[in-house]
Amino acid sequence: MGLSGEVSPEFHFFLQRPAKTTSYFFNYTTEIMILSESVSQEINMSCYHCGERCPTEVIRLDEKLFCCEGCKIVYEILSEKNLCNYYDLNAAPGKTQKILPLKNKYEYLDDEELTNKLLDFKDGKISAVTFFIPQMHCSSCIWLLENLFKVNSAILQSRVNFIEKKLSVSFQTSAISLRQVVELLAFIGYEPQISFEDTEKKSQNLVSKKLYYKVGIAGFGFGNIMLLSFPEYLSIDVSSAELRAIFSYVIFLLSLPIFFYCGSEYFVSAIKGLRKKFVNLDVPISIGIITLFTKSVFEIFAHGNPGFMDSLAGLIFFLLLGKIFQNKTYDVLNFERNYKSFFPISVTVKKSGEEKAIPLSQLKIGDRIVVRNGELIPADSILFSGDGNIDYSFVTGESSPVEKVVGEMIYAGGRQSGSSIELEVLKEVSQSYLTQLWNNFTTKSSEDFSFSGVANAFSKYFTFAVLVIAAVSYFYWMNIDHNVAVNAFITVLIVACPCALALSTPFTLGNTLRIFGKNDFYVKNIRALENLGSIDTIVWDKTGTLTESGESEITFVDGTLSSKEMIWVKSLVRNSNHPLSKKIYASINEAAALKIENYLELPGKGIQGEVSGQKLKIGSEHLFEQFAAEAKTPGELETVPPPLSSEVYVSINDEVRGKFKIQNKYRHDAATIITRLQSKYDSYLLSGDNESEQLYLENLFKKKENVLFRQAPLDKLNFITRLQAKKKRVLMLGDGLNDAGALAQSNVGISVSEDILNFTPASDAILNAKMLKKIPGFLKFTTISIKIIYASFTISILYNLVGFYFAVQGLLSPLFSAVLMPLSSISVVVFATVTTTYFARRKGLL
Amino acid sequence: MSVIAVLILFSILVAGSFLAAFIWAVKSGQYDDKYTPSVRMLFDDNEHPALKEKNKNNTNS
Repeated sequence: MGLSGEVSPEFHFFLQRPAKTTSYFFNYTTEIMILSESVSQEINMSCYHCGERCPTEVIRLDEKLFCCEGCKIVYEILSEKNLCNYYDLNAAPGKTQKILPLKNKYEYLDDEELTNKLLDFKDGKISAVTFFIPQMHCSSCIWLLENLFKVNSAILQSRVNFIEKKLSVSFQTSAISLRQVVELLAFIGYEPQISFEDTEKKSQNLVSKKLYYKVGIAGFGFGNIMLLSFPEYLSIDVSSAELRAIFSYVIFLLSLPIFFYCGSEYFVSAIKGLRKKFVNLDVPISIGIITLFTKSVFEIFAHGNPGFMDSLAGLIFFLLLGKIFQNKTYDVLNFERNYKSFFPISVTVKKSGEEKAIPLSQLKIGDRIVVRNGELIPADSILFSGDGNIDYSFVTGESSPVEKVVGEMIYAGGRQSGSSIELEVLKEVSQSYLTQLWNNFTTKSSEDFSFSGVANAFSKYFTFAVLVIAAVSYFYWMNIDHNVAVNAFITVLIVACPCALALSTPFTLGNTLRIFGKNDFYVKNIRALENLGSIDTIVWDKTGTLTESGESEITFVDGTLSSKEMIWVKSLVRNSNHPLSKKIYASINEAAALKIENYLELPGKGIQGEVSGQKLKIGSEHLFEQFAAEAKTPGELETVPPPLSSEVYVSINDEVRGKFKIQNKYRHDAATIITRLQSKYDSYLLSGDNESEQLYLENLFKKKENVLFRQAPLDKLNFITRLQAKKKRVLMLGDGLNDAGALAQSNVGISVSEDILNFTPASDAILNAKMLKKIPGFLKFTTISIKIIYASFTISILYNLVGFYFAVQGLLSPLFSAVLMPLSSISVVVFATVTTTYFARRKGLL
Repeated sequence: MSVIAVLILFSILVAGSFLAAFIWAVKSGQYDDKYTPSVRMLFDDNEHPALKEKNKNNTNS
């Protein structure tokens, strides 16, 4: 604010016209000084702890400003414990403490059974636990979290894994309880996210560690075998046969772990595929590896030369490297979330007048639970007391809250807004409507072939062709020279080993995955990426995907209303079921229960009535005569997005007092994105919401039948299934639980989220909502990547053809193979990474 | 020529010890988090006094 006000017009001039001469520059330095001073003042007005702008009543301590009591308390604690280094590492590293956690929120952590499930380790004296803390964002966070022992000496050690946003804490059980540890963290602004899912431990990481071991061993073997093969490469005549034998035997020993340990997974996968009558790319690879190995073993023991062992080691080494590259995982993100991670871990139960927090797993039918404002209803239940105003937007997509009265059934998954309510649990958590729905959804079959679909589809023909070529060359040579025939047969199999082919997909798609990751678009794996390249239909969810999620911003402009008048307004809008009325109702904090007389609803215009003898009118401009002249014709209204900003006027005793401005709605570029994508893909919209925006959306999606409203989660799922029955390959973009089924059913499900660390339903990819505008670019780039894969295939086939040319003549020497194989692999890898990077740059993704 | 055989065995031994070091590094979790240690090393003295004594001889665990 102060910025534009204090800057002199000269400075604006300076900004517009960069100084071409030094004199300009000197003339305006004074201005710059003034400006920077005003800027620094601006910064000083922000909270020392969290950096947020301080409100008008600032809290001061030690000449520092704080935006709220909470931030000040955290500062006090840290300064008392001599931990102010926290503020030196980064400016204002904290998180605002305006909303303090409820006092007995963590009461459930006193439950021993539950804590045992959360703890990683426990031996009576010391316990260890790992928390997920998404708030950590800078080195100050790491520093403070690793210095927890200075805050409370009962904490022995705390270690941060910044990438995974995890904190491992070990503490003395006698001096501090798990609950106190959590409360301590919450208190200093790092409230751990503990969800129902955490109580079920699962081990990961083992797979990737194994891969590292394998690469290490293969690399070790590869290097040493190459070294020992040098005499062969340089055709040095090793005069001593003894020495030659030693070389060969050492090579043999080195090759054993490579063949049996590092290469084993290819055999396993090949056999798995063949059992399912499916020739995957691991089949020709396994044929190649086994032929290489047996041929070399034979050479070593029969002739004392190392044969093709160097090629074998190099091959496996490169293949494993490709595997590491494609296994780019996003540790922080969870693509497999189920309802358990959405649900809270505890629930407040009322027993004989006392409120107690218990773990969700202990919730029983018939329990009386208390659900406060903003809390989630964990199980299907009946409203016992209080005004139910349930926001189901995350479950159904319906944007306006549903009112419930005592005795009505409330399904799990809704959020109570308003005062707290009491409910009686009807069904167990795992039996609720929502969780049932979730369990019904078919999960995509997760075949774990090591290679992508494209490569596997190709490998059937490839393997067949290789076997034919090998057989033909064998029979051709058989009558001429038996030795050459055997040699040709074997070398064809060796040279056919599709190493380069196998590397092209992991490197192309792995690189694409990384490029997307840099753009906040996180794809689960390369298989999902391939599917993304083949889609022809896009289905959009409306609420939260095309529109901004969360509550709309409601402000009263062009005038003011006293709190008394606000109560009148609130009392009046309470009678209306119009979504806008409900939003205004929810936005006014004052208590309201005034009686309305002469209430009248004028459809399409607004509402009017009398409160405390005052005549109130609330509605669109059509309601007021003075606006009638300016009112737009209905036709005009249909082409402009109506909801970008709704205005609701308020008049008291026929005097217009101002208007409510209700903003949120469509994301910035939603319309442009949809129009752009329509030329290439069939686009549909499935909304759980009502038809209030029908006309606009139908205009946007061109076809009337492509826009569907009031879609329940199951309707969405069925819609996708119907499209797929028509052989469509469907991309679904959604955000909430209501889309979970559709996301799982579609060929590719992208869940759009404002905060990717927050809950997202199970999906193939997670997209930061801000990057929605890049969706056309992502899709385009995926198709380019697929084309790059085909190009790399061509290159690797060319190498194979060169190899075949020599192999069928029985001329393939070990040395030639040792050069050809790594050369082909490396050139394909370089081609794949360089081209993807190049196109990503051109498409503005890097 | 037999000296070469000895050298070969020795070189493999050296290389093998590096492999062992690599496997140990993976096993002890050094590849699990590739970012935090780079920040952590910039902080001085962040160990609990009780643990410090204990870890003096075994700094790697």
